[in-house]
Amino acid sequence: MDSLRLDLTVATRSFDVELSLDVGRETVALVGPSGAGKTTVLRAVAGLVQPARGRVACGDDVWFNGQVDLRPEQRSVGYVFQEYALFPHLTVSKNVTFGGGNADGLLDRLGIAHLANERPHALSGGERQRVALARALARKPRVLLLDEPMAALDPHTRAEVRAELHDLLRELALPTLIVTHDFEDAAALANRVGVIADGRLRQLGTPAELLGAPADAVVAGFAGANVLAGDAKQAAGALTEIRLDDGETTILTADTMQGRVSLVIYPWDVSLSRATPEDSTLNHLHEEIVSVVRVGNRARVRLRTLTAEVTSASADRLDLRPGERVVASFKATATRLVPRA
Amino acid sequence: MRRLFAVVVGFATAFAFAFLLLPVVAIFARVPVGHLFSQLGDRVTRDALLVSLKTSAIAHACVLFLGTPAAYLLGRRRFRGRAAVLTLVELPLVLPPAVAGIGLLAAFGRFGLLGGQLNALGIRIGFTQAAVVLAVAFVESPFYLRGAIAAFESLDDDVLAAARTLGAGPWKVFLRIALPLAAGGLGAASALALARGLGEFGATIIFAGSLQGVTQTLPLAVYAQFDQNFDVALAISALFVLVGAGILIGLKVAGWIRFGSISPLRPAASTSS
Repeated sequence: MDSLRLDLTVATRSFDVELSLDVGRETVALVGPSGAGKTTVLRAVAGLVQPARGRVACGDDVWFNGQVDLRPEQRSVGYVFQEYALFPHLTVSKNVTFGGGNADGLLDRLGIAHLANERPHALSGGERQRVALARALARKPRVLLLDEPMAALDPHTRAEVRAELHDLLRELALPTLIVTHDFEDAAALANRVGVIADGRLRQLGTPAELLGAPADAVVAGFAGANVLAGDAKQAAGALTEIRLDDGETTILTADTMQGRVSLVIYPWDVSLSRATPEDSTLNHLHEEIVSVVRVGNRARVRLRTLTAEVTSASADRLDLRPGERVVASFKATATRLVPRA
Repeated sequence: MRRLFAVVVGFATAFAFAFLLLPVVAIFARVPVGHLFSQLGDRVTRDALLVSLKTSAIAHACVLFLGTPAAYLLGRRRFRGRAAVLTLVELPLVLPPAVAGIGLLAAFGRFGLLGGQLNALGIRIGFTQAAVVLAVAFVESPFYLRGAIAAFESLDDDVLAAARTLGAGPWKVFLRIALPLAAGGLGAASALALARGLGEFGATIIFAGSLQGVTQTLPLAVYAQFDQNFDVALAISALFVLVGAGILIGLKVAGWIRFGSISPLRPAASTSS
């Protein structure tokens, strides 16, 4: 069984990227801010940049290890470039068969058979992405590399393409590395997600593990959490009290840690109301609404210190508007403490 | 004030346009066009035309054949000293052609740098058609290299990288991807270089002389004829104007066709993480 094994140090202009990772017949997503060195990792696997040191191996074949350094054309990778990098002067079918192989089955499988004689400039973003995928798969690569496969798509086609790509990747069962800056894309497509920042792998785990137990503030932030900086000290009843850096807000958490910490609270664990609710919730912040953004049936409500995500229905019921004051409530058990980034 | 500015700009434009166009018009205005073209049948003109076509064709073929791979290397590879090489490549552009002729003489002439070696091999270059070819190639090659380097430089890195990940070796990447994608820029550079080569005068007259039927190209014939038979000089000049205009119009039309049908797929290559 083929698996992709990396243990790499690659120099970029401003820092070194270090990564150690085994990818079996699964999809691993590397997420992180742009400029974190994610694309550099893909390029090193493909042989397009030379690592400073380390090892790249696929199954029993060594692609790079200091002595060996196979050229890109000698490796077996299917690479989908960020903006697809289709050959603009060739038709779709010539693009797909450029490296050999037969296009017919793939074009059918990806629903682009009717575009076989078109040139790339005549295609929509979603169609180009499929052509790029078909081209990457035509040579039956042993490893699949996808660089921001969704970034060039408009939000409308994004969800649809994401679902199709998910099914395709499961069906192919190839060692697949995806680079994305979007945690949602990563969580939807990948079995495991690695968060890279400043050239280091901060945490690698299933999407649920990253959400449930983020290793640090960067990981939590990428998973979509509110990350609030403050000082922790022991409070009554096995609780910890966090005084936030704004000097006014105090939050109680069931997690334990002392000193400088980051408090993690997910937007969907925050509920909003007009008056302080009469329940067991320990944390109530009286705050002004900065903005309300609706996405599908959810509404993201940005307050002064944190962001809450509620259903559109409750946003309507509460008649939430920027400038008005609301109570944001969350349980002490819904918060986590991580070391200060 | 706005009004005044418009007047100043408009006047400057009209003046420049008239100044540039007047000599061109004058070439056709002096004598009837029919008479002009009958002068092209003149013996001197026919000889010069043959010499020009032959030497330009050989020189241009050499420039394309050697210049294209060189431009690919200089356009795609980053190496130490690249900026210096690019500057040196453009040096002949700013040299007076007469200086180029002296340089060629000093290098390949009988008493030149390589004169001894060439003599030993029984090769004499100065004042032969080979000298015309060298002079033309020397003067036109920077025009081609400049445009060709820019054409290869502007290719999308990822598109070339994609070809490599699809198993293409360097020959296939060059022939199937880089060359066709740079074709527009290469064609334009080639046309400009060709036009410059056809008009070459200074380097040729110093390095190759002006021997009718051997080294006398069209521009040299213009010079030789203008105090003997001005009409012949006018006729050759008219021919140059037409060829030049044809090349410029051809470039424009080719540009429209290129950007109309095969528009570049993507804007500037993005460099992320």
